[in-house]
Amino acid sequence: MQQALYTVAENQKIADGIYKMTLLGDTSGFSAPGQFVNVKLDGFYLRRPISVCHYNSNTLTLIYKVVGGGTDAMSKIARGASIDLLTGLGNGFDLSASGDSPLIVGGGVGVPPLYRLCRDLFAQGKRPTVILGFNSEKDMFYIDEFARVAYDVRVVTADGSFGDKGLVTDVMHTISGYSYFYACGPVPMLKAVCRMADTDGQISLEERMGCGFGACMGCSVETAAGAKRVCKDGPVFTKEALKW
Amino acid sequence: MVDTSVCLCGMKLENPVIPASGTFGYGAEFAELYDINILGTFSFKGTTKQARFGNPTPRIAECSAGMLNSVGLQNPGVDEVCEKILPAMKKYFKKPVMANIGGFSVEEYVYCCEKVSQAENVGLVELNISCPNVHGGGMSFGTSPEEAARVTAAVRKVCKKPLIVKLSPNVTDIAAIAKACEDAGADGVSLINTLLGMRIDIKKRRPVLANKKGGFSGDAVFPVALRMVYEVYEAVKIPVIGMGGVSSADGVIEMMMAGASAVEIGSANLVDPFICKKIIEALPGRMEALGIARLADIIGAAH
Repeated sequence: MQQALYTVAENQKIADGIYKMTLLGDTSGFSAPGQFVNVKLDGFYLRRPISVCHYNSNTLTLIYKVVGGGTDAMSKIARGASIDLLTGLGNGFDLSASGDSPLIVGGGVGVPPLYRLCRDLFAQGKRPTVILGFNSEKDMFYIDEFARVAYDVRVVTADGSFGDKGLVTDVMHTISGYSYFYACGPVPMLKAVCRMADTDGQISLEERMGCGFGACMGCSVETAAGAKRVCKDGPVFTKEALKW
Repeated sequence: MVDTSVCLCGMKLENPVIPASGTFGYGAEFAELYDINILGTFSFKGTTKQARFGNPTPRIAECSAGMLNSVGLQNPGVDEVCEKILPAMKKYFKKPVMANIGGFSVEEYVYCCEKVSQAENVGLVELNISCPNVHGGGMSFGTSPEEAARVTAAVRKVCKKPLIVKLSPNVTDIAAIAKACEDAGADGVSLINTLLGMRIDIKKRRPVLANKKGGFSGDAVFPVALRMVYEVYEAVKIPVIGMGGVSSADGVIEMMMAGASAVEIGSANLVDPFICKKIIEALPGRMEALGIARLADIIGAAH
């Protein structure tokens, strides 16, 4: 973990209630896709944990949904502003388990941390198939970005306004032969994906956090190996560890 | 050169800054960020006889200038703490630590305090009779003078280190409870634990916390905590550790002027993991500016 000040280079709406923030600063604290940052916001006591969509040597991309006062304030931060982040938080995805043709399943605001994962797997010569689920066409984002770094991208919307109509699992059950899976999204989706999956896999969880770095034990989850902190021991857990 | 040292129950601390239980884990996460040996000491996560997961999530909620938690004493149990965590702690914390003990019965408090107080690197025991997040124990011992005295007396008989009783602010007369603890043999008192509170999600029309209610802490509680420390200082002769909403060197000084011999820093650690280091580094400068040569001289100065 590091604490650092970042400069906001971009903070714009990319879908209904969904914003993309690009930040300039020191990204040396990151070591794996799926890690997150904890954002200090003026006028709010607790920081807000936000997953990292992408990073390179000096830029960081966050995609977040406005769900309350904190994220609403975040969406109004102007370009050029300086913000205080705790970076490199949590354990990200383990790419070494992926096999040659991993399946990546994302739902709604669970999609962003899967982008860097997909990109890294693709760069390693793997053939990731991606299923992205949204409520409606107006909620969709990053379809083209995924298409550039995936073997195949399938989009599903709950209302059928774009792509297949239904849930990610409706598409998932038509796909076979994948070597491993990675998933991030709402808990009911993650549980359904785990039940349907033919292989082992990794799941990234979300929880309300106090600190984001393992001190307060506010965000714990029961696992096969006892209570684990989503922020410090996760947010990525194996299907086996969660007993899902 | 100013002197930041204080004496707490016979233990000399380089400075009065003590991260509070539940906001500092067992120190390992912070030891990765800075050398935590600069701290006076720290109070580790509340420990019970059996391992506990605690309450269901969500168990954290935002408030104006503060937060609610309903963690509910998640911990691996006193045996694991004594056998694994405390020996491992010696590698990154060379000073005697404060062991925070929670419980659900007098017998449990006695068992845990007797065991943990025998550990070589435990210097002080903080008896948590004020956790608002567990049922059938915890705070129920801390809300009546008779019950507080009963558990204090029982633990005092077996505790091998100075015993500090951590008090609940969710009472009518905290000074009476502090006095009862002193009379029952407590070597010190610490206060305040969190204030019982709640939030409701107005879209869902349901409490934010799965446990409905939780403990309120953070900057907002400082005046309440300060007032209680002031009252307790007048009621007892044993040392008082002040805590509640402290997040600056000036807050530490103010708490000491109210009567605190040492000051615990809680929720501020969660928002700024470097806050205790910053406070310790800022103290000498603030002392010089305020004409304080020895920090110990200002304890109770406002009375």
